[in-house]
Amino acid sequence: MTTDNVIEISGLRKSFGAHEVLKGIDLVIPKGKTVVLLGASGSGKSTLLRCVNFLETPTAGTVAFNGKPVGTPKGTGGERSYSDRELRALRAHIGIVFQQFNLFPHMTALENIMEGQRAVLGRSREEAAARAEALLARVGLAGRGGAYPSHLSGGQQQRVAICRALAMDPDVMLFDEATSALDPELVGEVLRTMKALREDGMTMLIVTHELGFAYHIADEVVFLSEGRIYEQAPPHEVMLHPKGERTRQFMLGHSEFRLPHLD
Amino acid sequence: MDAFLSPSLAISLPALARGLVHTLELAVVCLVASLLLGLVFGVMRYAGGRVLHALAIAYVEVFRNTPVLVQILWFFFALPILVQFEISAFTAAALGLSLNSGAFSAEIFRAGMQAVPKGQWEAANALGMSRTRVMFRIVLPQAVRHMIPAFTNRWIELFKLTSLASVIAYPELVYSAQQISNSYFNPVEVFTLVAVIFIALVIPASYLLRRLEARLRRSAP
Repeated sequence: MTTDNVIEISGLRKSFGAHEVLKGIDLVIPKGKTVVLLGASGSGKSTLLRCVNFLETPTAGTVAFNGKPVGTPKGTGGERSYSDRELRALRAHIGIVFQQFNLFPHMTALENIMEGQRAVLGRSREEAAARAEALLARVGLAGRGGAYPSHLSGGQQQRVAICRALAMDPDVMLFDEATSALDPELVGEVLRTMKALREDGMTMLIVTHELGFAYHIADEVVFLSEGRIYEQAPPHEVMLHPKGERTRQFMLGHSEFRLPHLD
Repeated sequence: MDAFLSPSLAISLPALARGLVHTLELAVVCLVASLLLGLVFGVMRYAGGRVLHALAIAYVEVFRNTPVLVQILWFFFALPILVQFEISAFTAAALGLSLNSGAFSAEIFRAGMQAVPKGQWEAANALGMSRTRVMFRIVLPQAVRHMIPAFTNRWIELFKLTSLASVIAYPELVYSAQQISNSYFNPVEVFTLVAVIFIALVIPASYLLRRLEARLRRSAP
């Protein structure tokens, strides 16, 4: 059962009604690595990311967590069934950061970070608060624990949301367009936080439109097109020397991404 | 003033005061009961499975679409025949008013919970929280903020509807006023005073609820 892959996705399909968004995805996220998903809107990046912690239930295929496939097989088409209990246990080990932060507005920053620790990990109030304070300090928000989300800037809210996920000591962090809802001048502080996580050895799966950031942070870039993996390689290959026509078009379409030797 | 506080009215005051106490008793019981009914059936309709959902809809539609006066009369006159059971005027009035108001309250709860963004469920689920915990820690506390104005209206309405208990001779404020007016022939004084009492209670109560709402809004929008 030992494996170096935190997440192993195989044959993953997802349909919304008659529309198939993911058409058979195979992808591994090795421990300590950062994988970035790129692709045009509608290519299925967010859906794929949300299938990893089952906020979307895959139509077919498997997601294995630390070598153990989630759910039990059902039917003949690769369908699986998932119990609430199993998914809750899984989700406690997978952190996710949303585009819209989704902080709990009726709780302070500190209470937001304590809630999962108290409810799911069963930590004491003191223990959860201490952990929350330490995390806030780590993302440059020491002393802001008493603030309600509405009194924090977007960038600060997103850093609190990152702390909320980290407080669960996750094995992998998912970032679903974590900077897309932020004012441009606030993007940097969130990206720096994510970069620091990578340096600490966190395993990450990231959906982002910040191509410069993707280039610098990714160990592996996965380019999705029409629900399939179209190209996958280290960033300098996919982003600077794309092999496929669609990848090339995508990179050319993002004129803000200018590295000196982009051909 | 002397003309208004006539001797007959002065004699009536103790009886009116007893009536007011009965009105308040009935209102408080119905308020608490209708809140609980509203919570249970509102959650059933919002998050229940197919059967619970259908039950909640049936309850709401039956009690919201019949006059509360009919419900009170039914519980007082019809129920005892069906189940061979003595039922007091207070119980019949409390049943009718609570079930009626509970149906409206269920809809207030449901609308309040539906106003909580889906992202809140996702964030809580992503932490591994149980459904019950998400409901009580994340969804309901936020929903309550949206619900206070609707509940203010509902409770004012409920308070005034307690006067319907007078038709089954429950000695609340209005029934007491009728008795006094019949004895002393002073309907002008007595019913004016009853109206003033209602106003004097409803206006400060709704003011306090608006203050509460504003405070909740300030502390955490």
